Amino acid sequence: MKLHMLYFARLRERFGVGEETLELAGATVADLLAVLQARGGAWAEELAAGRAFRVAVDQAVVAPDAPLADGAEVAIFPPVTGG
Amino acid sequence: MKIVVQSESFDLGAEVDAMRAGRTDIGAIASFVGLARDMNDGSGVTAMTLEHYPGMTEKALSKLVDDANARWALLDVTVIHRIGRLLPGDPIVLVAVASAHRGEAFAACEFIMDFLKTQAPFWKKEETPEGARWVEARESDDAAAARWSRD
Repeated sequence: MKLHMLYFARLRERFGVGEETLELAGATVADLLAVLQARGGAWAEELAAGRAFRVAVDQAVVAPDAPLADGAEVAIFPPVTGG
Repeated sequence: MKIVVQSESFDLGAEVDAMRAGRTDIGAIASFVGLARDMNDGSGVTAMTLEHYPGMTEKALSKLVDDANARWALLDVTVIHRIGRLLPGDPIVLVAVASAHRGEAFAACEFIMDFLKTQAPFWKKEETPEGARWVEARESDDAAAARWSRD
């Protein structure tokens, strides 16, 4: 499936990319994270188990076992700090 | 209900006046204004830049206001959050809640701020004499939001 990926704030800077289109052979957020971690470097470091980050699918925060659908907008970002 | 994300500043008095204009059923308006400080975590802060997730931000803020409306009898709610570069002393966020009596207005205003801090996708980057740094989320903010689910 094709995913529209977005990265924000500190993670955008660490990854060196704000958005990309990604072709995923998988079904869930956990599958996607495994693919991104396999890129190594900042990806492996920031998305490692136990690190604090959030994943939103179509603009709602979800758990790692959440399913993904073709064409979904998936955002990965640090815990929020507004207000 | 008014929910706005903007780079421009805002005027608390004007927002409260707009809220009560032409109506006499409002008995209480509680408001909160968050300001950029010149100090955080032991360092001077000379400026900050607020980034957000366009689209999700508006959805998240609408949901917070819907949740507050479901919980209390509210007559109107205004939420304004700024983005972009701000200087110490600049207003960042405004929440104003109108209701018939003060209890609902006070509680809903605090509820909306507590969940805005933990749910709305905004991020602050501070400029300090030691360089720029992203603000880390605080556990005390999670605790503040969590207490609303106890009762």
